[in-house]
Amino acid sequence: MFANFDFSVIGASLPYLFGQGMVFTLTLTALAATGGIVFGTLLAMMRLSSIPGLTHAAKLYVELMRSLPLVLVIFWFYFLVPYIGAWATGSATPIQVGAFSSALITFTLFEAAYFAEIMRAGIQSIPRGQTAAARALGMSYAQTMRLVVLPQALRNMLPLLLTQTIVLFQDTSLVYVLSLTDFLGAASKVAQRDGRLVEMYLFAALVYFAVCFTASLLVRRLQARTAIVR
Amino acid sequence: MNYTWNWGIFQEPSPEGAGTYADMLLSGLSWTIATALASWVIAFSLGSVIGVMRTLPSRAANAVGAAYVELFRNVPLLVQMFLWYFVLPELLPAGLGTAVKQLPDAPFYTAVLCLGFFTASRVAEQVRAGIQSLPRGQRMAGTAMGFTTVQTYRYVLLPNAYRIILPPLTSEFLNNLKNTSVALTIGLLELTARARSMQEFSFQVFEAFTAATILYLLLNLVVIAGATLLERTVAVPGAR
Repeated sequence: MFANFDFSVIGASLPYLFGQGMVFTLTLTALAATGGIVFGTLLAMMRLSSIPGLTHAAKLYVELMRSLPLVLVIFWFYFLVPYIGAWATGSATPIQVGAFSSALITFTLFEAAYFAEIMRAGIQSIPRGQTAAARALGMSYAQTMRLVVLPQALRNMLPLLLTQTIVLFQDTSLVYVLSLTDFLGAASKVAQRDGRLVEMYLFAALVYFAVCFTASLLVRRLQARTAIVR
Repeated sequence: MNYTWNWGIFQEPSPEGAGTYADMLLSGLSWTIATALASWVIAFSLGSVIGVMRTLPSRAANAVGAAYVELFRNVPLLVQMFLWYFVLPELLPAGLGTAVKQLPDAPFYTAVLCLGFFTASRVAEQVRAGIQSLPRGQRMAGTAMGFTTVQTYRYVLLPNAYRIILPPLTSEFLNNLKNTSVALTIGLLELTARARSMQEFSFQVFEAFTAATILYLLLNLVVIAGATLLERTVAVPGAR
């Protein structure tokens, strides 16, 4: 059944697959993870704040994002972002937003909901006495968060944040629905051009597996090393 | 902002000939529900078997279970969807492969299989965690009572473990429900695909996506209500 396999097609397309496709995937993953963690931390702080309006707004946002399929959210933002842009810049017509910016905004906002839940658990894992001690020392809320709570919360939650980033890395393959050339998009384009679906999709699966499996092993080792003995 | 809202669009006939745009979305909704339920049957049964294998004393069973989970967790769902839809029929013997490709509703069966096997790896992790969270004494007590391994799992470990993991299983069910939308890439006409085609036909993009969003939120609420009810029904009286 593997008799008419043509592996040369993979070799010939390697520069395209990795030079364009994988670079795109990794860039999108890195930017969206960074943005997602920053915005997610803000959401978590809002949700844990004592201002009811902020708490409810953050909760609503997180629950909404978590009940919708990512594909639908990708489509939503793809059509919505030009209008939001027009509104923000006061332009009369929807502004042109590239598919990459649209995807980046989508993944940042979508993953922020998941990162927010992780960071919320992280912030709650810091004993209340520490916050109280910081406030007693005369630190402001911002100082308490920046110097005492968040560094520890980030450290405690690092394995979970990285695991979520691996999930994000896999999820970025869904930009396929916007016909973007991420790693899977590149593989798919070569596959359809050369009529070599079997070889290209199997190779794509293999690469994704190798990357994610290695990354999750590293995360597990990190988890064992940074675990705080209580 | 010069978007023209037209909420009456749902009453207008869709260009497919039969029915309105509302009917189109509702047909998408029923495919979403059918796919989610059918794949959950596979995910739950296969996931339970794999999860149990990972808690057995046998090292071989453990290795097989672990390999399954790693394999299905570390390849993106979309890639798995393509493997089942485009690659598998090519690797089957020629006659069978052609028969599979000509199957009516092939995207539906493919999506069910793909989601079933994918979600099974997640269910397996929950089942394993549930069994491992039980005190070791329960397994020992089962053995001391003269139960075989099968009996210990059937009467002691699994009834307890399933009750413990009901909340995470609910969220896996919801994930599975949301993941059905990935099947639009292989041509399954589920809810997101229908909202997308409504947008292409009518240009009323925000009405179409708002309707789809509301339907997904309603589905979520129904599932959560159902899970709460189930949790209450199966709760052991006096436990906790």
